[in-house]
Amino acid sequence: MDRVYFDYGGGSPVDPRVIEVMLPYMKENFGNPSSLHSDGLTTKNAILESKEKLASLINAEAEEIVFTSGGTESNNFALKGVARRNKDKGKHIITTSIEHISILNTCKQLQKEGFEISYIPVDESGVIDTDKLRDGIRDDTILISVMYANGEIGTIEPIKEIGEIASEKEVYLHTDAVAAAGKIPIDVSENIDIMSISSNDIYGPKGTGALYIKKKTKVQPMIHGGGQERGLRSGSEDVASIIGMARAAEIAKEEMKGEGERIGILRDRLINGILDEISDTYLNGHPTKRLPNNANVRFSYIEGESIILSLDMEGISASSSSACTSKTLEPSHVLTAMGISHADSQGALLMTLGRYSEEKDIDFMLETLPEIIMRLRDMSPLTPR
Amino acid sequence: MYSEKVMDHFKSPRNMGEIEDADGVGVVGNPTCGDVMNIYIKVKDDKLEDVKFKTFGCGAAVATSSMITELARGKTLDDALEITRNDVAEALEGLPPVKMHCSNLAADGLKAAIEDYRKKKGEE
Repeated sequence: MDRVYFDYGGGSPVDPRVIEVMLPYMKENFGNPSSLHSDGLTTKNAILESKEKLASLINAEAEEIVFTSGGTESNNFALKGVARRNKDKGKHIITTSIEHISILNTCKQLQKEGFEISYIPVDESGVIDTDKLRDGIRDDTILISVMYANGEIGTIEPIKEIGEIASEKEVYLHTDAVAAAGKIPIDVSENIDIMSISSNDIYGPKGTGALYIKKKTKVQPMIHGGGQERGLRSGSEDVASIIGMARAAEIAKEEMKGEGERIGILRDRLINGILDEISDTYLNGHPTKRLPNNANVRFSYIEGESIILSLDMEGISASSSSACTSKTLEPSHVLTAMGISHADSQGALLMTLGRYSEEKDIDFMLETLPEIIMRLRDMSPLTPR
Repeated sequence: MYSEKVMDHFKSPRNMGEIEDADGVGVVGNPTCGDVMNIYIKVKDDKLEDVKFKTFGCGAAVATSSMITELARGKTLDDALEITRNDVAEALEGLPPVKMHCSNLAADGLKAAIEDYRKKKGEE
C-alpha cells in the first residue's frame, strides 16, 4: 500500500524536473567554478544563472544571493554575520518567541558573546505584536529577526509592516523565509535586508539553502577560505545542488499561484473535516493569515506521539510538537508562546501538505483519524466520562 | 525507535480500562509532563486478582502500563511491590533512553495502587 504523506514540512521529495537538470552537473559538468579553464567557466556561468533564477523568486538581484548548506546555516549566517560585524554600533537584537530553533539557539550563542536579545511576544494565533516590536527598538538595536511565516502553525507574520518599522528606525531586518518561500509571494524590496531560504522546502535537494543579503548590508563572513561567494562563504560550490535549488525556485515561481490555491483547498477540507468530525478539537495558528500547506490541530485529553504512532500504523506520516516527540521533552515553544497550556499542547497534530498531495489523501486521513482519536481518548484517564 | 514488543503493546494494549469497584487506584504523572497513568487493582486473598489501566501519554507510557498489568496479575501484593521500572522496561525488550525516565511510570503506578488499597484497609 502506498503511504500517505502529511509531513512536507519535515522533508519533501525532490521534483523530478529538478533532478533532471542536476544530473549533468554531476556527470559532464564537474569543473570547479573557480578554475580558469572552460570546464570551470561552464559551472561558473551556471551558478550565476542559478543566482538569477533564485533572485527572481524574491525580487532580488543575482549578486545578492549566497548559497549555503540549508536553512539552519542561513539563519546562523544572518544572525552571527550581522551581529559580529555591527557590534560597534550596538549589541541589541530583537527577535520573537516563536522562531525556529536555529534562530533561538544562535541567539543563545550571541548572548554568550555579550549581545542582548529581546523576544517579542505573539497573540493567541501566533501573530507578533508590532507595537511591542516598535517600542522595543533602542538606540543600540542592530538587528530585528522575524520569521516570514511559522512552519509549525502556519501563521504568516506582518513582514511588510515590520520592514517599514525597521527601515524607519534604521535597523537591519532579517527574516527566516524557510517555511514561506515558494509557498507565498515574497518581495525583498519590502525593506528586507537579509533572508534565509531552504532548498528542500521548495522541492530542491536537501543540504542546500541560500541567504539573500541586500547590497551594502554589513555582514561578517561565515566560512573562511578561498573567497568564494564574495568572500562571505568560502568553499568550492556544490554546483549540482545549486542548479537544483535554482530550478526548484523557477518552478515555484511559475506554479506558486495555482499550486497554492489547489493545496489551500485540500488543506481547508482537511482542517474543516477534522474540526467538524471530532469534538474537543481546536485549530492551532491563524485561521486565514496562514500558509496554504499547513494544518495544525490539537485534540484534548490525548498525547501527540500516540497519535503519530497510530497514524503511522495505518500508513500515514504526520508530525507533532508534543513534548514526548521532541528531543528535549519540552512542549512546543511556539504553542506555549501562544498561551496554550502545556497539557493542551500535548495533543497537537501537525499536517503539512505539498506538491504531490491529492484529494484521496485527505479522504483517507478523514476516514482514519476519528477512530484513532476515539481509541486514544477511550484509553485516557483525562477524558470526561 | 521502539522495540517490536513496545509496538505490540501499544497496538493491542492488555487490560485497558477502568475497574469500577477497584480495591485500590494509583494515579501517577501529570499532563504537563505528557504522561498520566491510572492503575486499578482488584485484590483477593492478598493477591492481585485483576489489574487494569488508563493512560494519557506516548507510546512508551501506554506500553509500560499494559505490561505492568501482565507482570502483576496473580502476584501477591508483596511480590508485586518488588516489580521495578527496569523489570517493566526489560519485559518490553528495552525502551529508548529518553523514555526510561519520563514515561516509565507504570511500576510507580502499581505501587501507588497497592498503597491505596492498604491504606483503605487500614494496614499502613
